[in-house]
Amino acid sequence: MGEPIAFWTLAIILVGSALSVVLSKNLFHAVLWLAFALTGTAGIFLLLDAEFLAAVQLLLYAGGVITIVVFAIVVTERLVGERLSQTSRHVAAGVVVSGALLWFIVRAIGARPLTTTRPALTGDVTRLIGESVLTKFVLPFELLGVLMLAAMLGATYFARPED
Amino acid sequence: MGLQAYLILSAVVFCIGLFGVVTRRNTVGILLGIELMLNAVNINLIAFSRFAGSTVGMVFSVFTICITVSEAAIGLAIVILLFRVRKTVMADHLDLLKG
Repeated sequence: MGEPIAFWTLAIILVGSALSVVLSKNLFHAVLWLAFALTGTAGIFLLLDAEFLAAVQLLLYAGGVITIVVFAIVVTERLVGERLSQTSRHVAAGVVVSGALLWFIVRAIGARPLTTTRPALTGDVTRLIGESVLTKFVLPFELLGVLMLAAMLGATYFARPED
Repeated sequence: MGLQAYLILSAVVFCIGLFGVVTRRNTVGILLGIELMLNAVNINLIAFSRFAGSTVGMVFSVFTICITVSEAAIGLAIVILLFRVRKTVMADHLDLLKG
């Protein structure tokens, strides 16, 4: 009974803050709205019984990514020496492209009979995720470690001081 | 709520992110739009996984989240580097490769 109310509340929060991200004039406000949207997504994950992923979402996105973006804005504002105001261009083209894509996706979703009932949980979701990451998906997991290392080295290389 | 509601919600968020990518002139703003789009993909993966009764989609979304974080770190490092070299944030002015 409580699920539709929670879903619609989270949906309104998510869509509203996502719109604010793309429409806000101030870049810093846009980042704060993005933090709000990512937290709303974590709530949606909770509704879908993915507690572990909701925690990861809050830690990595709302914690990590927002911090990096704010840091980048602060650093670049200092470099440029002026406020980063946000202006948009091609608004009509953007509305047409994203509206057409949305129309196609919604039509495709509506054309298929989709399930409305969830199967019962067979066990602890977090435990199942952990087990499959370390058994069936161990190779992608290791590759992910290599990717993260490469990203870390690359970011450090790019951001090195000039000499 | 059925699977359909979650899919439509994620489609709406994806299209809002696409709108941001198309219309923003600021490089950081474009990156924020990409973050929104990747976020919508995660909602999709987890909704399908939950309604199919398997955790494979959730494992995939763990991978997507990690890749997105790497992408954000690299993207912002490139933005900082561009600022250093070109002293501009606007994507329109970054036309070094234009003939």
